[in-house]
Amino acid sequence: MSTAAQANSSKKDLLKVSLSPHISGGASVNKIMWAVNFALLPALAVGIAMFGWSALILSIICVGFAVLTEFVLAKYIMKKEVMISDGSAVLTGILLAMNLPPAFPWWMAAAGTIIAIALGKMVFGGLGQNVFNPALVGRAFLLASFPQQMTYFIEPGSQNWNLTGQSLWNYISQSGAENISSSVDAVTAATALGEFATKASEAASSSVPFVESYTTLDLFLGNIPGSIGEISALALLIGGLALVIRKVIGFETPLSFLGGLALITGIFWIADPNAYTDPLRHILSGGAMLGAWFMATDMVTSPMTVTGRIVYGLFGGILCALIRLFGSYPEGCSYAILIMNALTPLIDRYIKPKRFGSKTVPKTQEA
Amino acid sequence: MSFPQGGIHPPESKFTAADAIVTLPLAPELHIALHQHIGKPANPLVKVGDEVKKGQLIGESDGLISARIHSSVNGKVKKIDKLKNALGIPQPTIIIIPEADQPPHELPPEPESEMDLAQFSAEQIVKAIQDKGIVGSGGATFPTNVKYMVPDGKSADTLIINGVECEPYLTVDHRLMLECPEQILSGTELLRKALGVERAIIGIEANKPDAITELTNRAKSHPHVSVQALEVKYPQGAEKQLIKAITGRETPSGKLPLDVGCVVNNVGTAMMVYQAVVHEEPFIDRVVTVSGNAVAKPGNYLVPLGTPISYLLEQAGVELIHGMKLILGGPMMGKAVSHIDGPVIKGTSGILVFNPDEASRPAEKPCIRCSRCVHACPMGLEPYFLSALVRTGNYVDAYPQSIMDCVECGSCVYICPADKPLLDYIREGKFKIIQDRRKGKLK
Repeated sequence: MSTAAQANSSKKDLLKVSLSPHISGGASVNKIMWAVNFALLPALAVGIAMFGWSALILSIICVGFAVLTEFVLAKYIMKKEVMISDGSAVLTGILLAMNLPPAFPWWMAAAGTIIAIALGKMVFGGLGQNVFNPALVGRAFLLASFPQQMTYFIEPGSQNWNLTGQSLWNYISQSGAENISSSVDAVTAATALGEFATKASEAASSSVPFVESYTTLDLFLGNIPGSIGEISALALLIGGLALVIRKVIGFETPLSFLGGLALITGIFWIADPNAYTDPLRHILSGGAMLGAWFMATDMVTSPMTVTGRIVYGLFGGILCALIRLFGSYPEGCSYAILIMNALTPLIDRYIKPKRFGSKTVPKTQEA
Repeated sequence: MSFPQGGIHPPESKFTAADAIVTLPLAPELHIALHQHIGKPANPLVKVGDEVKKGQLIGESDGLISARIHSSVNGKVKKIDKLKNALGIPQPTIIIIPEADQPPHELPPEPESEMDLAQFSAEQIVKAIQDKGIVGSGGATFPTNVKYMVPDGKSADTLIINGVECEPYLTVDHRLMLECPEQILSGTELLRKALGVERAIIGIEANKPDAITELTNRAKSHPHVSVQALEVKYPQGAEKQLIKAITGRETPSGKLPLDVGCVVNNVGTAMMVYQAVVHEEPFIDRVVTVSGNAVAKPGNYLVPLGTPISYLLEQAGVELIHGMKLILGGPMMGKAVSHIDGPVIKGTSGILVFNPDEASRPAEKPCIRCSRCVHACPMGLEPYFLSALVRTGNYVDAYPQSIMDCVECGSCVYICPADKPLLDYIREGKFKIIQDRRKGKLK
């Protein structure tokens, strides 16, 4: 054997050995999470532009406390690798902020964020282990704890951007007990969903049809009161479609969710258009678009198969519609998704991908 | 046209596609393994000190699932011993020192124009395949003659010739289709006759348009043979996926292609069959793609079987450094080399040399249930679930979840954003289930 080959032989132990495959597609958890964060920015930007500085402060508070909570818990309590750079804590923070009313007290938002990360995610072991969408856990906690503040909405564009030290102090020092409007200098307003409920009760008691304040175009563009990130269906659609095109999410969950919502609200609207709002307005108002594109599609808490996701989305949409039409809250999107989160393991257990070679009769003599 | 379920699109990296096949100089010593195929190793027919001729039978097959071994050169038997193969597993091996003067190793010549393939009967063809030690050259190395012994009660109607070469980097089959098209078509004709079917279809992926054109034009003079262009998708070269893509038939779980009326062989195998039947030449050399960023002279080399991999690498200008990875075959399903003096064998389709920075698998991160593994799986399995079952010791529960159907194509690991070693666990589960079955613990 030649000398070069012998030289090679002496180095044989230095080779790296592993099982196949030996190449990777380069996808990463970080890229996926940051892609979702970026896709949320258009809707968040609309919210901040419409509602003013308190919306911006709330977003910063939520993201900051989400990252801080995960860092402290991972490093000092759980004593495991800190993975805040993966973007999942930032995502929970942004999503929770987008689910809050614009004039919401900052310290309540901070408390909600701590709950979202601690009880919604880290208590299960961290990223990938949680049963429920962490941002929705935070939202559910806040809605149960502070129902008045969580349903206090302001008119878009009514908050003054000329931020003074006094107005900022008023906002920061509020305890939550006093009237919020005095702390943010903004005009209070009823949401489209609130009006849908009023329309139903008015129809029962009065013969004059109730006139809704917002046009369908307002609902689509976002010129309406509501939570920070939910108002502009257009901005949410842009972000959602960007994720579908980049193959981060599939379109089956959002479409089946909105389809389920449209189905039930459509049935009632056809039955009595004076008492019920049309399904398009239902899709464009409240948290339906935010929920369908960004919360129901949370990978960790939704099913693994296409069929499973269609079932999950459809039932989620139906539940959302039923809560909106018959529940005591005007909005049911977040509870609908939380309930479907709980059913996800069951869906994955019973809905399997089609195994190759199953249910096929071998045909050997067709030619 | 492609298989509908799952699959991925890794970068093709076919850097050697334009490099014509060149014959590798003879190594100073050949290590001819007696186990170059699936099944039992061959029994040696020579002893130390014997003079052997190129093409001489030196190992007789042991039973049905085995294959004959022939000498690649004129030379003298130096030693017969257990030597490590490229994967580090000791195998019975005949070491031959070649004589100085040797007839050259060449690709088989084109058939003469007046040659009539009809002169060969099905029995003659199958016998020649067996006598000349032909096994699947795509990498699986299943003894080819066994596929053409159709058991009673089963029948075939289609012969599929696999020219897909879906593994990145590898360009062996591509080059053979360009340089030996008539030989491949004649081999296909012979195999079709051996099987006794009316149609033979050569499947080629659309990333090899020159091969598609070449074979389609030439197939016009072979009335029973057609060429089917296929959409590029990995793992289309897997037997079940190729049958599905071409005929629409799904081979049921645990069944063979013959159960859906098909037999599949590689284009390289078809060429070897032509060589064995028409030229009566045994399987003693093969084309190997040597590629990768660390290769100074990448290319497609015609290599005598038994050539040490270290010699092949040296000829291709590879400077081995600490932390490199050598891959036997393609990057998706190939096996890592641990012993570089191991020989090139009948199933060695490629040697890839990865630099240290390409050699490591990324560290694993938490699964975010993105479901990409489920959607990438061409067999409709749930890799995340199967690997979790095996990881937690519940591999028995993975059996009803069809773990044994896994073809180990690696698509799930390739696509995984958390870089989970899904297939490592699935392999472990399959292995444990087979062990339990042998012990009679599992049905």
